[in-house]
Amino acid sequence: MEENRGIWVFIEVTDGKVEGVSLELLGAGRKLADKLEVPLAGVLLGHDVRKISAKVIEYGADIVYMADHAVLELYRTEAFMKAVVAMAEKYKPEIFLYGATPNGKDLASAVATDLSTGLTADTTMLDVDPEKRLLEASRPAFGGNIMATILCKKHRPQMATVRPKVMKALEPDASRKGEVIEEEIHLEESEMRTKVLQIVKETTKTANLAEAHVIVAGGKGMGDKNGFMLIHELAKTIGATVGGTRDVVEAGWLPHDQQIGQTGETVTPKIYFAIGISGAIQHVVGMKNSELIIAINKDPDAPIFDVATYGLVGDAFEIVPQLIEKFKELIKEKGGEISYV
Amino acid sequence: MHIVVCVKQVPDTKIIKINPKTNTLDRRSAPAILNPYDAHAVQEAARIKSRTGGTVTVLSMGPPQAVAVIKKSVEIGADRGYLISDRAFAGADTLATSYALSKALEKIEQESPVDLVICGKHAIDGDTGQVGPGIARRIDIPPITNVIEVSKINSDEKKIVVKRKQLNGYELIESQIPCLLTVEKEINDIGYSPMPNMIKAARYEPVIWSVADLGEVDRAQLGLKGSPTIVGKMFSPPRPEGGKKIEGEPTEQIKELMKLLEEKIDLFCFKA
Repeated sequence: MEENRGIWVFIEVTDGKVEGVSLELLGAGRKLADKLEVPLAGVLLGHDVRKISAKVIEYGADIVYMADHAVLELYRTEAFMKAVVAMAEKYKPEIFLYGATPNGKDLASAVATDLSTGLTADTTMLDVDPEKRLLEASRPAFGGNIMATILCKKHRPQMATVRPKVMKALEPDASRKGEVIEEEIHLEESEMRTKVLQIVKETTKTANLAEAHVIVAGGKGMGDKNGFMLIHELAKTIGATVGGTRDVVEAGWLPHDQQIGQTGETVTPKIYFAIGISGAIQHVVGMKNSELIIAINKDPDAPIFDVATYGLVGDAFEIVPQLIEKFKELIKEKGGEISYV
Repeated sequence: MHIVVCVKQVPDTKIIKINPKTNTLDRRSAPAILNPYDAHAVQEAARIKSRTGGTVTVLSMGPPQAVAVIKKSVEIGADRGYLISDRAFAGADTLATSYALSKALEKIEQESPVDLVICGKHAIDGDTGQVGPGIARRIDIPPITNVIEVSKINSDEKKIVVKRKQLNGYELIESQIPCLLTVEKEINDIGYSPMPNMIKAARYEPVIWSVADLGEVDRAQLGLKGSPTIVGKMFSPPRPEGGKKIEGEPTEQIKELMKLLEEKIDLFCFKA
């Protein structure tokens, strides 16, 4: 355990692009590495990913451990796990972070089992105790009503998956220097028990809620399905993803996968509009970690105003149409397009 | 086909209450239920069985009263169930849980080879989703997480094709059997259970195994002792700053809001 040194971040690559959460983790990992005075490394797996290593360094890594192999072209648990476990056993990191994405969670769970170490899921706060070299990984527990800090005292590496859009990426610095270490990993396609036959992108959804940069959410206060169209209109104007409360979903105004809250998605966008939402704890636990919360509600005592950065007391049907007009003007002024993709 | 479904008894987090003074869970406030994702896992196993024939076995770990979730699973369509229950399992994190369940799976496997293991995507009390892939690693079968459809299953060729939910869409994955799936809620709808299942469930007595029944087990890997992670502290989540209320006429409110947003304009991504 004493010999384990360094912070590692799993670099998730989709279609040749680094996932945002991996860049965010390089930012968070940089802070931990500086506190412990150890190097920060990115673990980059895939096929033809060499060109990506420069980006990993620009975003804060000192070292990139890279495995470039045809078998690693698309994510598969057994191939990726084998490569990651081999690297971790060889270089022995003390902390290893993954994005809490479907692939990141899948990989981390398998790797933790093979390395017989502790793994904390869906972390939203990270810190480190430099004396004890202990990772303090905090996450919402029991539906988000309380936070729990999870520690892994006797096993290394200390591992955690971290929710997207919670940590901050550094500004990329092209002058940063780093080392790329290429690992030879023995992998045979014939030994793989799974195969990705096809990848289907669903373009109907603007963006997955959990990954969304801006969310416009509506509640019962929108009256009916027709009134809820105003939510869609504002979202369309600013390129946001639409969400709703449990009431809205149960009334059939929105499909299930757009429900935000304790029994739906937990979201952490940069900007969250809560319109006609009273702010029951059910809903609030799913959105309160958003960076900027703008609430619009008729009732000045609605609990949503306790968590809102800016609260507009008033009728959504008067306010929102004007807001849409203002945003349209602003977008025109700034160059005509708004996009988070 | 022999399908084993791993299920968990959980407090219903929809109605659970937290004591705001002590930050502790008021367990009495929440009824214990079958983890909702696991209910879909049992339902999917029953659906596969209706196509291929075979047996659906349910496996759970928990206190003796967790037999209730096995009986519930029989109601949904499982044929039989085992509960592993022992003080030695108490306090297990995901690593120790996957170890204990894999040992029970090995014992089930001795009686009748297992073709498919199905788990819920995660349990609503822990929200980790780590136990399923952990079990798969321990018994060395491929895990496929976040499954939204079992598209094809061929028990003669030992092949399965499933849809796996991804960030923006899904993947079609082919795997050898045996493998382990973790399923999302949209994989099926759970309707009312057929009357014969209800009658069977009411009379069904699940088998309870202790550690001693599991054969060769490394006790150091069980329960609290076998858990690398511990809860350091509990605290109230930090509240977002703010609470700036803007009142007045809509036009004035919007004017003020847009002025405030100007300072945060970087949060919006404009493309020239």
